[in-house]
Amino acid sequence: MIGTLTPRRAATGVAWLGVAALLIVLVAGLVRQSRPPVASIRTDRIAPGFALTTFDGQPLSLASLAGRPVVVNFWASWCVPCREEAPALERVWQESRDRGVVFVGIDIQDTEPAARAFLREFRPSYPNAPDPRGEVAIDYGVVGIPETFFINREGRIIRKYVGPLSETSLRAFVQEIAR
Amino acid sequence: MADLGIIALLAALVLSAYGAVAAVVGHRRGIAGLRLSSQRAVWATAALVTLAVAALVYAFATRDFSIRYVAERSSRSMSLPLTIAAFYSGQAGSLLYWAWTLALFTAVVIWRGRHRLPNLVPYVTATLLGIQAFLLFILGFVTTPFEQLPFTPADGLGLNPLLNDGGMLLHPPLLLAGYASWSIPFAFAMAALLTGRLDGEWVRATRRYALIAWMILGLGNLVGAWWAYHVLGWGGYWGWDPVENASFLPWLTGTAYLHSVMIQERRGMLKIWNLALIILTFNLAIFGTFIVRSGVISSVHAFSQSAVGPYYLGFLAFTLLSALGLLTYRLPRLRAENQIDSFLSREAFFLLNNVVFLGIAFATLWGSIYPLISEVVSGVKVTVGPPYYNQVNGPLFVVLIALMGIAPLTPWRRASRARLVASFAGPATLALVVAVGGVVAGLQKPPALVGVAVCAFVVGTIVMEFARGVRTRWRAGCDLLGATVGLVRANPRRYGGYLIHLGVVLIALAVVGSRFYQTERDVTLAPGEELRIGPYQVTFLGLSEEVVPGQRIVVAPLAVREGGRYLGEVSAEKAYHRNYENQPSTRVGLLSGPRDDLYVVLTGWDETGRAGFVVFVNPLVMWLWIGGALLLAGALVAVAPAAWEQHVPAARRVAGVVRSVG
Repeated sequence: MIGTLTPRRAATGVAWLGVAALLIVLVAGLVRQSRPPVASIRTDRIAPGFALTTFDGQPLSLASLAGRPVVVNFWASWCVPCREEAPALERVWQESRDRGVVFVGIDIQDTEPAARAFLREFRPSYPNAPDPRGEVAIDYGVVGIPETFFINREGRIIRKYVGPLSETSLRAFVQEIAR
Repeated sequence: MADLGIIALLAALVLSAYGAVAAVVGHRRGIAGLRLSSQRAVWATAALVTLAVAALVYAFATRDFSIRYVAERSSRSMSLPLTIAAFYSGQAGSLLYWAWTLALFTAVVIWRGRHRLPNLVPYVTATLLGIQAFLLFILGFVTTPFEQLPFTPADGLGLNPLLNDGGMLLHPPLLLAGYASWSIPFAFAMAALLTGRLDGEWVRATRRYALIAWMILGLGNLVGAWWAYHVLGWGGYWGWDPVENASFLPWLTGTAYLHSVMIQERRGMLKIWNLALIILTFNLAIFGTFIVRSGVISSVHAFSQSAVGPYYLGFLAFTLLSALGLLTYRLPRLRAENQIDSFLSREAFFLLNNVVFLGIAFATLWGSIYPLISEVVSGVKVTVGPPYYNQVNGPLFVVLIALMGIAPLTPWRRASRARLVASFAGPATLALVVAVGGVVAGLQKPPALVGVAVCAFVVGTIVMEFARGVRTRWRAGCDLLGATVGLVRANPRRYGGYLIHLGVVLIALAVVGSRFYQTERDVTLAPGEELRIGPYQVTFLGLSEEVVPGQRIVVAPLAVREGGRYLGEVSAEKAYHRNYENQPSTRVGLLSGPRDDLYVVLTGWDETGRAGFVVFVNPLVMWLWIGGALLLAGALVAVAPAAWEQHVPAARRVAGVVRSVG
């Protein structure tokens, strides 16, 4: 018998749906646990410019890096995957800096003390700057962190990667823009 | 010892499974012997699980490293209390501890209820023993603490350095017992649903148990915050980490339940809601354990991934679906006896409080499982962090605290506007005065001002309530102290509740102070060099090194002065633990005071004797712990029996009143 939809029935239905959805998500989480995240999106658009001040007080703008391949990594101190990828970023930056590649870390949705603690912990040697109003993140269309953009010598974003980068993929993507 | 432990666990598993079936069959068929037998199974399970715990503790205390679990978590150099605490430091041991507290709680509850609640007890027994059987199955067959090594190592690995701390003696046992204790109200709710005895009986039977569970879980969370504050060395006490959230979630829904249940007792409303809240709270406790143990969400609580994930998820699915199924089945019989008469009534405000609590719980759950959702939807794990929680939950908490002032002073059923204005004129004025005073004193951040004003409002309402009650008794001839004690004893639940509210206000003030007015400096100091931070002058006195068994500690003492007055010495330390040399643990140099805490973390040093520090001034943090103590005191008052509940002959009680009046 299909009765009328009373508020009570509706609420019961919503409860069942909610529980089912939660369980599905948890099962999926458990199943996918071992699979590494792979998510790189090829794009082709002019990289939005930015002008920030690094944590060390130095000016940092995209305009000043014109003609050089740039890796822009958005991070925050509370983000666990950002901690996972931090050593890989530093290592690949050390390997590729001689080829003129520039790495830029942009810290979003964070507090300064926490961000500084993060920098003390991982000691990245490439410039890192806070984006306190989130303007750069909005310009780049960042939806979650970590998110990394690969900008070629012409200043075009040719790839965007969402999620923590492994050293291997990072190296391959840097190769692409350093050509 | 290992054999004894495993035999005890397996015997307990068989007995609890038997007891669960016997309780229900005995009740349905009316076989008194079988019912009695099921109760004996409860006592026997409790005894056997206690025996298993004793066997494991004994193995730790006697350093029996032939047991893998003991060898991996303790070493000869550890102190005895910590060695014994190491028993719940890992997965198998913490599950054993969970099972043990559950077994003890079950025994107490069944013992107390066996004559008074003959119809509910069989189903309560069955539910609790069912949960117990699940845990014992995991302990017996999936992850057992009694696995033996093929050889006996000379010494164990020792405890993870982060756990090597006094907090280990309190935080895990309280939190795990808090999780386990919500099984009791859940079992009563299930019994009510199974038997169809859906009136107030189960609610009255579980009132104190729910309050105690709430208290233990709340304390577990607070001690966790305190622990994080003094060992993690990032200057904070709460980071919205998924595992912290997992232990906060059942507390939120449990708190909502403690409030909404009053409406059911008083007005016969919200029956479905209360059942749903209890089901939710228990399942969130299971969910919390699942999150911690399965590794589906990465967290600073770096527990290794393990095989228990799928079992836990299966159990969660089973309890959630069967409880929801029962609730749906009983819906036709869960009719409210009353309607909400007016939006200006205590019921309405309590309901709003519940909606806000669930809002916070949902936002927190959503944030915690967002990595999973985003992975399912878009294939990418994306995490959200403190900014999300602060933005979403911050304003909700302000609303919640405001309601804490409003709801208790609003009459049931219907309040007249005039009466509300009369009740709240005083506290609202106080809030306004505090806000203006705050602006004058230099508080410029709007959220902080709002927070402080709302807290002042609540304090105003609580003081007014106490003053009113005490004055009445005082006029009747009691002295001031006698009047206060008498007031609380007459209605401990109400006044215990006010004490808890006062504790929450203190916690809120501490959060506002430390979140909006924290100062941080990152410095390198040579011996004898001074740092000025906030009101303090801090002088670094030079590094030294201490060696204690199992640890090498680098000590940096600092002398603290305020305006030239010497306040004392703090010592910021890094400890290197044997077998864990690459994970030094931080010991914060802490000078705590009612105005603020000076919080010094040693970060590094060089061969010239210069040392790096991060120094924080954290305003008001001490009030967080004082508020926590008040929370505990209030909860203890609220579970105490009211004067009229005690078995005093009526004549003597009347005589007592007469004497106090005369």
